[in-house]
Amino acid sequence: MNTVVPAAPQSVSPTWQQFKDAFRRHPTAIVGGMVLLAMILVAVLAPWLGTVDPQAVAPVRRLKQPSAEFWFGSDMLGRDVYSRVLYGARVSLSIGLVVALASTLLGLAIGLVTGYLRWLDAIVMRIMDGLMSIPPVLLAISLMALTKASVENVIIAITLAEVPRVVRLVRSLVLTLREQPYVEAAVAAGTTLPRILVRHILPNTVAPLLVQATYVCASAMITEAILSFIGAGTPPNIPSWGNIMAEARSLFQIAGYLILFPGICLSLTVLAVNLLGDGMRDALDPRLARRM
Amino acid sequence: MTVVALFVFSLLYLTPGDPAAVIAGDAATVDDIRRIRANLGLDEPFLVRFGGWVWGLAHGDLGVSIFTNLPVAHLIGQRVEPTLALTLCTLLVSVLVAVPLGVVAAAKAGTWIDRAVMAFSVLGFSLPVFVIAYILILVFSIELGWLPVQGYRPFAENFWDWLRHLILPSIALGTVYIALIARITRASMLDVLAQDYIRTAQAKGLSPGPVLVGHALKNAAIPIMTIIGIGIALLISGAIVTETVFAIPGIGRLTVDAILRRDYPVIQGVTLLFSGLYVLINLLIDLSYLFFDPRIRY
Repeated sequence: MNTVVPAAPQSVSPTWQQFKDAFRRHPTAIVGGMVLLAMILVAVLAPWLGTVDPQAVAPVRRLKQPSAEFWFGSDMLGRDVYSRVLYGARVSLSIGLVVALASTLLGLAIGLVTGYLRWLDAIVMRIMDGLMSIPPVLLAISLMALTKASVENVIIAITLAEVPRVVRLVRSLVLTLREQPYVEAAVAAGTTLPRILVRHILPNTVAPLLVQATYVCASAMITEAILSFIGAGTPPNIPSWGNIMAEARSLFQIAGYLILFPGICLSLTVLAVNLLGDGMRDALDPRLARRM
Repeated sequence: MTVVALFVFSLLYLTPGDPAAVIAGDAATVDDIRRIRANLGLDEPFLVRFGGWVWGLAHGDLGVSIFTNLPVAHLIGQRVEPTLALTLCTLLVSVLVAVPLGVVAAAKAGTWIDRAVMAFSVLGFSLPVFVIAYILILVFSIELGWLPVQGYRPFAENFWDWLRHLILPSIALGTVYIALIARITRASMLDVLAQDYIRTAQAKGLSPGPVLVGHALKNAAIPIMTIIGIGIALLISGAIVTETVFAIPGIGRLTVDAILRRDYPVIQGVTLLFSGLYVLINLLIDLSYLFFDPRIRY
C-alpha cells in the first residue's frame, strides 16, 4: 500500500533510555527505590528474620520495653512487636501495591473508554465528580462501615476511593491524544475502536500513569493505616502497621514504642514511595522537574 | 450533589448488617426483629425510603440515630464547635506558615533554604497524621510537659485553656496541609517570577519585598487557592484521626463511634455534611478567583 506515513508525532512518553538517564540524575529517587526494595524484602523474608509467631500470646511477658529479647518490645498481650511489625509489613505493603495496581487498571479502563466515547463521558464523569466530592478517606470509611473488616474489603474500599482521580488523569491524557495526527491516520485507515485504544492511545498513557500509581500506593498505605487506626480497617487478628498502632492507642503514655516502631516503618516506606514517584515524575516531565 | 446523596443513601441501604438485629441484641426473637424493622421503616421499598430521606433532608432532618435515638442533626450540632475550632485553627496556621515558606523557597530557588523547604514538604506528605500527633505528644506533653496531652476545653469557658488544647492537634493536622500548600506556592511562584513584568518591576528599582508580594504572589494566587480547597479533603479526614488521638469530642470522634456501633444514620449524616462542606468551600474558592484575576467572568 502506498499510504503517506504521517510525520512522527511528538511522543508523550520519552523512551526508556531517557528515563534511565534522568533517573540517574535523581539520587533521592534511587534511595527511595532502595528503601522500598528493602521493605519488600523484609516483608517477604519475615519468617526467616528472627521472628516468632506474631500472634503468640504470652500474658506473663506483657508490655516489656524493647530489649535484646524483644527488639521492639512486647504489647499488652505479650506478643513480640518486632515480629508483628515485620509481618505487618506484608499486609501494609501488599495493600498499597494491590490498590495501586487495581485502581490504575480500573481507572485506565474507564478513562480510556470515556475519554474516547463522548456520549459515555458525560454520564461517567458526573458519577466520578460525585465520588470525588466525598473526601477519599471518608469514602473509604463509609464503604468499610458497610462490610465486615477484611483485607480484601479494605483493598476494595481504598481502590474505589482512589479510582476517580486516576480516571480524571487518563481521560485528560486521552482527550489530548485523540487529537494527535497519528490517531486520525489510524481512524482514516479504518482501524477498529478497540485497536485504536489499545495500540495507539494506551502506550502513551503508561508513563504518567506509572507516576500516578506510586502516589496512589503511598496514599493507600496511609489510608489503610488510618482505617485500621480508627477501627474500620484490617481485622485486629491480622497485624498491619495501622492495627499495631491502633491497639497501642490507649497505652501510648506507658508504651510509646508500640506506636514508634510501626510508625517509623510506615513513614519510611511512604517516604520511599513518594521519593520514587517524585524522581519518576521529574524524569518523565523535565518541564515540571525544574519547577517542583 | 445528587450523586453524593444517592450514593450515601444506597451505600447504607445495601448494608449486609441489619441494624434492627443490632438493636434487638442477642436474646431477640425473629418477631422482635421484625417489629423493630417495621418501626424504623426498614421494610419499605428502596425508592420510598430514599424519597422519604431526601424529603427529610430538604427540611434539615438527617434522620434519627439508631443507637442513641437522638436526631442526627442534633448529635452533629453538639459536636460542631470542637471540629470547627480545630479545622479553622489549622487552616489559619497552615496558610500563614505555608504561603510564606513557598514564597521564600521560590525567591531563593536552588539554595539550601529552597531545598530544606522541599525536604520538609516531602516529609510532611509521608508522615501519617497520627504518627506526627504521637511524636508531638511524647515530646511536648510527656517529656517537656508544656502542653496538655489530650482533651478539649470549650471556647466560652477559658480562652487560654482552649488555645493550649488546640496547639498540638493543629500542628499535627496542619503538617500535611502545609507541605501541600508550600509545594504548590513554590511551583506557582516560580512560574510567575519568570514572567517579563516581574523583570520590569525589578528594573524599575522596586525592592524585592513588594515585588514578591504585590506583583508575584497575587498572580500566583489562583493555583494556591485551588490547592487550599482541594486540601480541605485532607483536613476532613485528618480531623477524624486527630480527634481520636487527642480525645477531642468533635464530629470526627462522632464518626468513629458511629462506625464502631454501625449507627448508619449518623454515618450518612456526617458523610453528607462533610461532602457538602467540601463542595461548598470549593465553590467559594472558585468565586475567589474573581478577586485575584479580574479577567475571569462567570
